[in-house]
Amino acid sequence: MVTPLVLAPLAALVAVPPALLGLEWDYTLRNVVLGSAIIGAVGGVFGTFATLRRQSLLGDALAHAALPGVCLAYLLTGAKTSLALLLGAAASGLVGTLVLLAITRQSRVKEDAALGVVLSVFFGGGILLLTRIQHTGQAAQSGLNQFLFGQAATLLAADVRLMAILGTITVAILWLLFKEFKLLAFDPDFAASLGFAPTPMAILLTSLIVVAVVIGLQTVGVVLMVAMLIAPPTAARQWTDRLSMMTLLAAAFGAIAGVGGAVLSSEVARLPTGPTAVLLATLLAAVSILAAPRRGIIWSAVGDRRRRSRLAAEGVLRDLAGAGDGRGGITVRELAARRGQAPAAVGRALRRLARAGWAAPAAAMADGWRLTAAGADAAALALHRERLWKLYLARQMDLPLEAVHHGADEIERVLTPRVLAALETELATEPGFAGPVPVGAGGQR
Amino acid sequence: MSSAAVIMLTGALVGASCALVGSFLVLRRMAMLGDAISHAVLPGIVVVFWLTGERSAPLMVLGAGAVGLLTVFLVELINRSGRVREDAAIGLVFPALFSIGVIAVSRFPATVHLDVEHVLYGEIAYTPLDRLTLFGTDIGYRSLWLLGTMTLVNLLLVGVFYKELKLATFDPGLAAAVGLAPAAVHYGLMAAVSATTVVAFDSVGAILVVALLIVPPATAYLLTDRLPLMIGLAVACGAGSAVGGFWLARWLDGSIAGAMAVCAGMLFGLAFLAGPRHGVLARLVRLRRLRLEFALNLLVSHLEGNHGSAEIPALRRRFTWNAATARRVVGAALRDGLVRRSDDDCLTLTALGRSAAQAVPVP
Repeated sequence: MVTPLVLAPLAALVAVPPALLGLEWDYTLRNVVLGSAIIGAVGGVFGTFATLRRQSLLGDALAHAALPGVCLAYLLTGAKTSLALLLGAAASGLVGTLVLLAITRQSRVKEDAALGVVLSVFFGGGILLLTRIQHTGQAAQSGLNQFLFGQAATLLAADVRLMAILGTITVAILWLLFKEFKLLAFDPDFAASLGFAPTPMAILLTSLIVVAVVIGLQTVGVVLMVAMLIAPPTAARQWTDRLSMMTLLAAAFGAIAGVGGAVLSSEVARLPTGPTAVLLATLLAAVSILAAPRRGIIWSAVGDRRRRSRLAAEGVLRDLAGAGDGRGGITVRELAARRGQAPAAVGRALRRLARAGWAAPAAAMADGWRLTAAGADAAALALHRERLWKLYLARQMDLPLEAVHHGADEIERVLTPRVLAALETELATEPGFAGPVPVGAGGQR
Repeated sequence: MSSAAVIMLTGALVGASCALVGSFLVLRRMAMLGDAISHAVLPGIVVVFWLTGERSAPLMVLGAGAVGLLTVFLVELINRSGRVREDAAIGLVFPALFSIGVIAVSRFPATVHLDVEHVLYGEIAYTPLDRLTLFGTDIGYRSLWLLGTMTLVNLLLVGVFYKELKLATFDPGLAAAVGLAPAAVHYGLMAAVSATTVVAFDSVGAILVVALLIVPPATAYLLTDRLPLMIGLAVACGAGSAVGGFWLARWLDGSIAGAMAVCAGMLFGLAFLAGPRHGVLARLVRLRRLRLEFALNLLVSHLEGNHGSAEIPALRRRFTWNAATARRVVGAALRDGLVRRSDDDCLTLTALGRSAAQAVPVP
């Protein structure tokens, strides 16, 4: 469960690394670390829902659209108070969303082009206003530049307090409506059929995303804020299949990237905060995509290799069972020719079988191999499993019996015992599969 | 040439060259990929600056073009890994590359004559100061030579490969079947987008290139259904936004590139509201006319089934028309000669109305 309390332990957690680095825990550093942790965490939480709803790039348009609001708020109030600027940002971000909605609903322009139009025109307007403010030479103008790429070092305690309050409110709303938003993210039609109104829910979620974007503007900036909405959830997605866990992980990843970026940029001269945080977040995503258990690319490549090797061994095992009888063995060369494989590959498979105790070198034959008693049982079991699979696919998936060729491994793990028992009875009466399993019929079933 | 004219001409050429390739981005629904490329070329530009220490246009186009293609490739790679959706893949790749570029710009300002403002919105105001010399002779404004060449190259590319682009855009399956490798067209287009972005970068910066790549073609897309006309209108909109942006920026005393984006946005808004056929107003008018036609059909059919006449209050109750709708429908029916008013409140079908009623399609 996502709780608003997440922010407190996170803040405590992020206080540790700077201490380890020997940095002094002073006023600026405290603001930087807490502020970046909040934006990383809130961005990660709402980015999770944005990416799941395939609205990743909406955050990009929203963040760019916030710039004119910041400038207008400055021009109207004449003061650089956080609340006014953030309100302006939120207002123009929402206007951008509404314009986007109007373009996609009311014209033939597709979503990608509509995003591009809103993003670039609002940003252009923001730049126009920003340069105008700069040209008038007002003293406080330097404060507005930080909205482009973010500057955590300029955060005041009041800014952080405001960010904490906004972050807590938005996360609390999400927590209260977690179940409803979950439904909206995965099956909006089902949500509608249950009586939830998907449009108000979607508008509420988008508004929360706007607030999350606005919180991050001072630290990460409008140009790169989208990365804080996409990279942490992408990283989190690789480690878990549960939404609540993914949300928590995304918050943690976002906080780590935000704090890392802020601390690095305050320690190293001329290192902008936003880009550094974005690179750290992207790094987390890249590492997760490559190395996360089960979903990671490395993990599945190793799994593929293992599966291929096991399937090859199983094939050799059955050829050995079918051909090695009578003569006391079969040579590697013969097996390779029969299977259309390289002798080296067959040799590898045979050695694997030998390790399992299913095959042994034939005493009477040079380079020959024979099946052991245990191997005969294993071959029989493999054939039996393949028959079950074929029958299952033919019965349940309506495939013609001849069309089914499937590796017979792990049927017990995929099908439930009840289905398996029903299949066993059916197999006994299926004419195509009548009779005992040919080899080692007394073996384990 | 006055400096104002140089700036406007530079802007117009940026608009034209971007619109030529941008039209296909919009039609192929790859606008955000164009956005990604325009951000991602930054590290390429910085690295070329860093290595050569000068603004060598051909090298810059090559270096940044390579990064642009790398972006497309990385997005496809991540997308194909099956672990990340395409929009998220785009949003993962370009901020990272852009961040590398921004950090490089901030870290090495001495070797690279760039700054963060330049990256964001270019330096079109300084183009009149930058002249190109060849073999020791001054041959004119650098920006005009660069952008003129780019516009010409894009014009040639679109002209020569028009058929391939058109087919690969509207029917990739058929394009593949007749032997036009759609992947080659795709990467060729992306290479052209990258090169255009790099050349336009100096004038309008990394982000506002997007405005000129996407907004004028999207505007043209609202105005016409014919591809050649769309490309022409997009070029005109792009060039027009540039000229308008110059005057807007001069009036407001702000960034010219930002004002160009705003002008492009205003043209888009105009087309969105008032465009023929696809504009919001045109559709409202069409809807209103359809509603009236439907009401007239209802009226004559009902009258015919009702012995040729009925009282207006009864009709209003029957069809739940309010006073304004009733007035409009009855007025139109009288004007078209479908009915006549037999007394104050009673409508009678004319011969014309009877034949109209018989022509009403029965579902």
